[in-house]
Amino acid sequence: MMIQVFGVPIQALLGQLLIGLINGSFYAILSLGLAIIFGLLNIINFTHGAQYMLGAFAAWMSLTYLGVNYWVGLILAPLIVGAFGILMERLMLRRLYHLDHLYGLLLTFGLALVLEGVFRQLYGVSGLSYTIPDIFQGGVNLGFMFLPYYRAWVIVASLTVCFATWFVIERTKLGAYLRAATENPELLQAFGVNVPLMITLTFGYGVALAGFAGVLAAPIYQVTPVMGSNLIIVVFAVVVIGGMGSILGSIVTGIALGLIEGMTKVFYPEASGVVVFVIMALVLLLRPAGLFGREK
Amino acid sequence: MHEVGKELLRVVDLHAYYGESHVLHGIDFNVGEGELVTLLGRNGSGRTSTLKSIIGLIPKRSGSVIINGHEAINLPPYKIAPLGIGYCPEERGIFPGLTTEENLLLPPVLHSGGMTLEEIYAMFPNLKERRAAQGTRLSGGEQQMLALARILRTGARLLLLDEVTEGLAPVIVETMGRVISMLKERGYTIVLVEQNFHFAKGLADRHYVLEHGRIVKMILNNELEANLDELHELLGV
Repeated sequence: MMIQVFGVPIQALLGQLLIGLINGSFYAILSLGLAIIFGLLNIINFTHGAQYMLGAFAAWMSLTYLGVNYWVGLILAPLIVGAFGILMERLMLRRLYHLDHLYGLLLTFGLALVLEGVFRQLYGVSGLSYTIPDIFQGGVNLGFMFLPYYRAWVIVASLTVCFATWFVIERTKLGAYLRAATENPELLQAFGVNVPLMITLTFGYGVALAGFAGVLAAPIYQVTPVMGSNLIIVVFAVVVIGGMGSILGSIVTGIALGLIEGMTKVFYPEASGVVVFVIMALVLLLRPAGLFGREK
Repeated sequence: MHEVGKELLRVVDLHAYYGESHVLHGIDFNVGEGELVTLLGRNGSGRTSTLKSIIGLIPKRSGSVIINGHEAINLPPYKIAPLGIGYCPEERGIFPGLTTEENLLLPPVLHSGGMTLEEIYAMFPNLKERRAAQGTRLSGGEQQMLALARILRTGARLLLLDEVTEGLAPVIVETMGRVISMLKERGYTIVLVEQNFHFAKGLADRHYVLEHGRIVKMILNNELEANLDELHELLGV
């Protein structure tokens, strides 16, 4: 006899929860990057989705044209995307810090459209596939679902990177500088810390996280120029729910919303596409600073 | 300029602006090594702005600020502290996202010869007791001690202290006084912005009186009594 939860076979529930966990891993790593950038630069990086797409393309192109394998790509692509972020900060964003936040938002949004357009022109929208590395071929039968090894790896890799980042920010000296720069950059400079350099490197790191997520996603989803814009809207909702700039909040909220979305697919599939936004609206009404955010 | 031994700070014709508003109108003063000099004046006379301009926190400034023989007027803020200067802001500037000990360890060590963490904890036992607490959970007095203590680690020999007694209970003011005179004995050079005239009198070598963004008078501490009437008029006390 099949075990049921609220009339739903437990297999289906667990299966969707696992899929939710995989999606949640992507939400977590992307919203973490956004949260770090927003915390220090006060800029909502609308290019984040395009940078995620760039990561996937960097991995795909280095494999296809240069024969660079997955593991090297997993390191190389975030470095390339991070370097692109550093150039973007130095050449463009830096000129906008003294202006209203809106200008940074418009610039990053415009850049996202430009990047998407360029790749659309070069590769079309039909999608390219990235072969799963040999070591991750196959999977394991968990009883309630078949879990491909690669998807298990995605969960492990992204959670490891998320919690390592959290640890560095909350528990180390380097992180203390970052927290201090977020709260009072002027005073930190008066102590002799090169805050402009910190801002550049932090932006680079946040962007590299998006690139890393892009490489992880390449073998699962189609590599397409629009892969980022489809995902990033949900991620922005995650950031709003978690609270702008909250590090742990962005990780926890990312995973939790992935799971909630998965459950919604079981109990009320019609709502699965909007559940995140309904939660966002409720959070904005009841706790505008977000679940983990501090009221200003 | 006053005759001093080795000059650690020399400020010449310092002007500073907040946007359109011109707040310093040509400040001139100097501080010799080991001296304790106060900046006195009414609210808005430009004392805090003088300290902020020296450390680079008011970006729009002109004139000359020579720290330890190095011109600092055109340096970005993060390059000024490494000339050997420590800054304790009026609002204390304790970082809420950091614990007490993280706040204490935050300013990078600039030169050798700063105090060790043990020495600092020996001087401020309260901070040791509360080292794991969030920095802004400390009492006002403890936060003031923390703001002062954290620049003693860095090896800076010139300290800019802004209103370190403001809003503190008399017993804490006494403690701050003991600490500052001990720092002076240790050879630190100190520029003290102070509202509490009696506090300053017990510690300083010289006083500069500011009015409307200018220095209007320099008084040696031992000539203070003779100038008391004029000083009271300038300070409006």
